[in-house]
Amino acid sequence: MAYDYDKSIRPGKLPHIWCPGCGHGIVMKGLIRAMDTCGLDRKNTAIVSGIGCASRLPGYLDACTLHTAHGRAAAFATGVKMAKPEMTVICCGGDGDGTAIGGNHFIHACRRNIDMTYVIMNNFIYGMTGGQFSPCTPTGAKASTTPYGNPDPVFDISKLAIGAGATFVARTTAAHPREIDKLITMGIKHKGMAIIEVLDDCPTTYGRRNKFRSVVDMMKHLKANAVPAVAASKMTAEQLAGKFLTGVLFQEERPEYTAQYAEVIKKAQGA
Amino acid sequence: MAKKVALLQGNQACAAGAVYAGCTFFAGYPITPSTEVAEELSNDLPKIGGKFIQMEDEIAAMAAVIGASLTGSKSITATSGPGVSLKQELIGYACIAEVPCVIINVMRGGPSTGMPTGPGQSDVMQAMWGTHGDHAAIALVPSTVQEIFTETVRAFNLAEKYRMPVQVLFDEIVGHMRERIVFPEPGELEVINRTAPTVSPAEYKPYDATKGQVPPLASFGSGYKFHVTGLNKAADGFPTTKAEYVDAEERRQVNKVMDNVADIESNEEYLTEDAEVLIWSYGSTARSARYAVNELRKQGIKVGLFRPVTLWPFPEKRTSELAKQCKAIVVAEMNLGQMVYEVERAAKGNCVVVHEGRVDGEPINPGQIAAKVKEVM
Amino acid sequence: MSSARLEVIERYCKGCSICVEFCPKNVLEMDVFLVKVARPEDCIKCMQCELLCPDFAIKVHDA
Repeated sequence: MAYDYDKSIRPGKLPHIWCPGCGHGIVMKGLIRAMDTCGLDRKNTAIVSGIGCASRLPGYLDACTLHTAHGRAAAFATGVKMAKPEMTVICCGGDGDGTAIGGNHFIHACRRNIDMTYVIMNNFIYGMTGGQFSPCTPTGAKASTTPYGNPDPVFDISKLAIGAGATFVARTTAAHPREIDKLITMGIKHKGMAIIEVLDDCPTTYGRRNKFRSVVDMMKHLKANAVPAVAASKMTAEQLAGKFLTGVLFQEERPEYTAQYAEVIKKAQGA
Repeated sequence: MAKKVALLQGNQACAAGAVYAGCTFFAGYPITPSTEVAEELSNDLPKIGGKFIQMEDEIAAMAAVIGASLTGSKSITATSGPGVSLKQELIGYACIAEVPCVIINVMRGGPSTGMPTGPGQSDVMQAMWGTHGDHAAIALVPSTVQEIFTETVRAFNLAEKYRMPVQVLFDEIVGHMRERIVFPEPGELEVINRTAPTVSPAEYKPYDATKGQVPPLASFGSGYKFHVTGLNKAADGFPTTKAEYVDAEERRQVNKVMDNVADIESNEEYLTEDAEVLIWSYGSTARSARYAVNELRKQGIKVGLFRPVTLWPFPEKRTSELAKQCKAIVVAEMNLGQMVYEVERAAKGNCVVVHEGRVDGEPINPGQIAAKVKEVM
Repeated sequence: MSSARLEVIERYCKGCSICVEFCPKNVLEMDVFLVKVARPEDCIKCMQCELLCPDFAIKVHDA
């Protein structure tokens, strides 16, 4: 019955730092279940993050954990995976960390199709610094640095990942906990770059500025507007307005980077 | 058996030195005038089962180097001034997280893009103070192709021994100069590997300094599970804001270098015993300085050369002693005045300290230095 | 009669009320800042509360 998360959490680290209702905890639980499903030996699992609320996640998990600098998770993780391809590498972080300051590393990790799973928690805001707009903040939304509404267009992280060459791209929300671990499991098992975008809630710095009365409102919004990609094909543009597609959005087989480099070594050694 | 001899460029010697030191990982980004280091290692590392990766930018290269080092691979990156500027945040990360790695800076001129194909020595203060926050730095400044080889080996040794980033700076002149190099036999030069923990994974704390200033570093994937962060942390590696932990860790990370200056220091003196004027110079400029010493000695002028090979930590003690002995010190460097301020500080007013610099992309020639010596006589 | 036993770890609960709102059987209630198991006998063990709790603060056990 009750899931045993305790064996995956470092002793004494709970309660975590996230605000009441923050979805990052839901994602962390999903990640733990996925790692269990995949039978990952935590001694050979590196969990790498950047900076921000979501990037504090690795510190709670009993594994080889690397909390790096702002935006750099994918680049550090690339070094880990290249140097020790036998390790399972999981990245996690937020939307600003991954697609603004870390955007270059994000797209190039996708392009290389290096075997890692990147769980990107998109809560539409920079939470830790107090709610400045990110590349994922909806146009028109209020943030601490968009008092007149956000003039910026929005990044679609999953489309970005597909365009950049990731070979497994999926999206779900914090209100769909079972789908979180299902998709992360698929991502870990996928040989290549897997991006799992989890639409997440930040009641503290996004919700209260944008007419969500409570965290429950935000969760209901995520639940109500998620449309499984398979169902979307039968829907009209009007029906899809304001919705976001969930589930596996893209999947293909393409040579994986560390396997390609193993071939380079063979050639160099004259094999 | 005769030793292997070759005519090599400084950048090639750097790559060869890295392989000799046991380096198995390079991450970099193309930049003049350091690119040959990357080119050589892209060829040589896969031959020994090592890894070469060209990253999307300079910052990514530094990040990958740190990530790879945490798995136990001796790791290196090579760049020039603009690249080092971009890497600064992560050099600080390697300092606080105490991750061994080597950063090669083949120095060119000017701030910003400056003069990519011209030599310079204007990154020497950056090597110490470039990254934000309190930290110690180790920077080595070889002046010959042979020395680039040996100092690259020593850079790895110091990085592994003191668990920190070590920079090797050489100007474009030595980087691109071709000279005869005699390859040391395997085992001839000391090769140091980081200390692995002896405690069980359950007991391991990545910053436990109870048995010495440099805590043993486990590798990811070797059975040890631990946390690495750029936040101020306690001995267990987890973030803390507790004043006593933060203070102790910050001080230890500086003291592990400053308490071991004698081990890290390396310098060369030439005709300093009776010198009345001292030329203080490093890198390719020190070669001009040595020529100037010979010329001036022929004229009966008592002049000597002090050439630091370890630039940081600064050779404080010996510079102070020489300042008491000499009437004047001429600091010759390809910049508008950087190390001269350190020399002035160490001289404590015991002698005149003057600067001889050049930033037009041309090397400082012996005549220029000799004229300055005569001026201060 | 339900066979579920709900455990609330009060030290972890931050009172976000997600579990209360998403419980389909209205088993839980807010008690000021903490969740309270008000009607355990109605629990159908759908696990929504445990899955959606961001704080690892609620567990559904077999009774």
